[in-house]
Amino acid sequence: MTIPFAASADATLLVEIGLVLLMLAAAARLADRMELSPIPLYLIAGVILGNVVGDPQAFSDEIIDAGSQIGIVLLLFMLGLEYSGDDLKTTLRSSANPAVFDAVLNFLPGLALGLAIGWDLTAAVLLGGVTYISSSGVIAKLLSDLNRVGNRETPALLGILVMEDLVMALYLPLVTVMIAGDGVGGGIDLILIALSASVFALVVAIRFGPQISSALHHRSDEVLLFTALGVAVVVAGAAEAAQVSAAVGAFLAGIVFSGALAERSGELLAPLRDLFAAIFFTFFGAQIDLAAVPPVLHLAVLLAIVTALTKLATGWYAASRAGVAARGRARAGTALVARGEFSIVIAGIGVSAGVEPQLGPLVAPYVLITALAASIITRWSDQLGDFASSVVRSRSAPREADALIMRGDQ
Amino acid sequence: MKQPRPESAEPGVRQIEETRLPAIGIRHDFSTVGGRRIGLVTNFSGRRKLLVYDERDPDACQDTVDLDDADVRTLTEVLGAPQVVQKLSDLQQAVAGLTIDWLEIPSTSPFAGKTIGESQIRTRTGASVVALIRDGGEVVPSPTPDDTIGTGDTLVVVGTPQGTLETAKLLGIA
Repeated sequence: MTIPFAASADATLLVEIGLVLLMLAAAARLADRMELSPIPLYLIAGVILGNVVGDPQAFSDEIIDAGSQIGIVLLLFMLGLEYSGDDLKTTLRSSANPAVFDAVLNFLPGLALGLAIGWDLTAAVLLGGVTYISSSGVIAKLLSDLNRVGNRETPALLGILVMEDLVMALYLPLVTVMIAGDGVGGGIDLILIALSASVFALVVAIRFGPQISSALHHRSDEVLLFTALGVAVVVAGAAEAAQVSAAVGAFLAGIVFSGALAERSGELLAPLRDLFAAIFFTFFGAQIDLAAVPPVLHLAVLLAIVTALTKLATGWYAASRAGVAARGRARAGTALVARGEFSIVIAGIGVSAGVEPQLGPLVAPYVLITALAASIITRWSDQLGDFASSVVRSRSAPREADALIMRGDQ
Repeated sequence: MKQPRPESAEPGVRQIEETRLPAIGIRHDFSTVGGRRIGLVTNFSGRRKLLVYDERDPDACQDTVDLDDADVRTLTEVLGAPQVVQKLSDLQQAVAGLTIDWLEIPSTSPFAGKTIGESQIRTRTGASVVALIRDGGEVVPSPTPDDTIGTGDTLVVVGTPQGTLETAKLLGIA
């Protein structure tokens, strides 16, 4: 029996799109109840969609792909909106040291594992990026839910996240060139050009942001909506063409927007960002072949454990530099364990370029494990902090231990 | 990222620490006389969070309270109003039997347009005119007997309770 008022293909399409959206609504509800960021659940929803419900080919691939692309653009654009030039400058000064610690400690495990299991350099570099970058989205939600925004370790934690985002402005052009040129052989000079273009654009964005922002500002919400969206997408596209990667272009466009313009654009685009980013995460999940996961699952778990420890150490170190006691250091370290949207962006770039078939099946469970693990262990950070300081106390000289006790327990 | 605000050299105001929170806003906090720490996070959007730090874990907040603009205005009201009254009553208690009064001169006052000397307030009531606030807001501290009392001006009078009451009657107010 056919539905009289529409061609059956259109009706099916609408119903399917609607059901996917309802699925995302259910995922978001569940996330809210679990007091968790919805990102991991969108991923699971996508895996279910792609493997159990089966055959997302009923959708036009182009529509979903465009939606995913816009999702990445909006994610990065809104991230750039949130940062002001001053934020970036002061963070560079205060968090440069922990940032290097973070980069070395957390990039190497992914890189090393990738090379060890026989992946090519490009794929291993992608995996390094996946393990390196913590999820600002998941962590922001944790901070808000657990009332940690005012805590004294929070600036150190945020500093690390800001530095990671800045490093992305260099890392993403690098991998874009590597993917296009099939490894470093594509030309060191191309890589250097892309890197310098990115740094130059960042400096220009910070320097001329306020002027450009006042020029673009308009009192009508509608005008602002299309201006912001248009600028973000066009700049991202231009960046992609210049081998600097769309994500970096969108991020830079976001940094240019400042002041009242940034605030209003952020408000207007937030729902769109939520929608398209969810489409992106879901689509990434849908592309994962569940059958390919078990062979690499143990690797994902191993990587999760190792990089959880490295992130713990990173957060611990950063917080200790800020003069925070053991419990605060534990809070910072445990929160940093969470991976999420950025790791999926990096893996997504690799998957859509077809760099390595095992990349998706390894990264998806890795992100899920770390995001969930972080949410759990960070709620036990007090116990972890007390345990760690008792270990230090029993080992170190009495004077040092007293200092630790005084700061940690007073 | 942390610096003490220079204006806290103001007498009676504690040292305020200011910390930028990238992508969130700014945090200000200080220590109370009892050693408790109180703070405020101001988001870039304007929303604020009141912070009360934990005594046992000084890096963590024991409680955070979200405040919107109306909440902040109300809190300011609650914190601010009693202060002014307190200061006045402190002043009154500091010298027993002392009253301060602000007397606005109506057009019907017998001394509107006359000088302070002509009103002979000190001789008649014992109260002193310590300041004259002109209708437009200009303040004349320690006015001389030759200063004119105009309609709408306010006389700030100090004296015994009885004296200030008699001054009000004299000026045609009470």
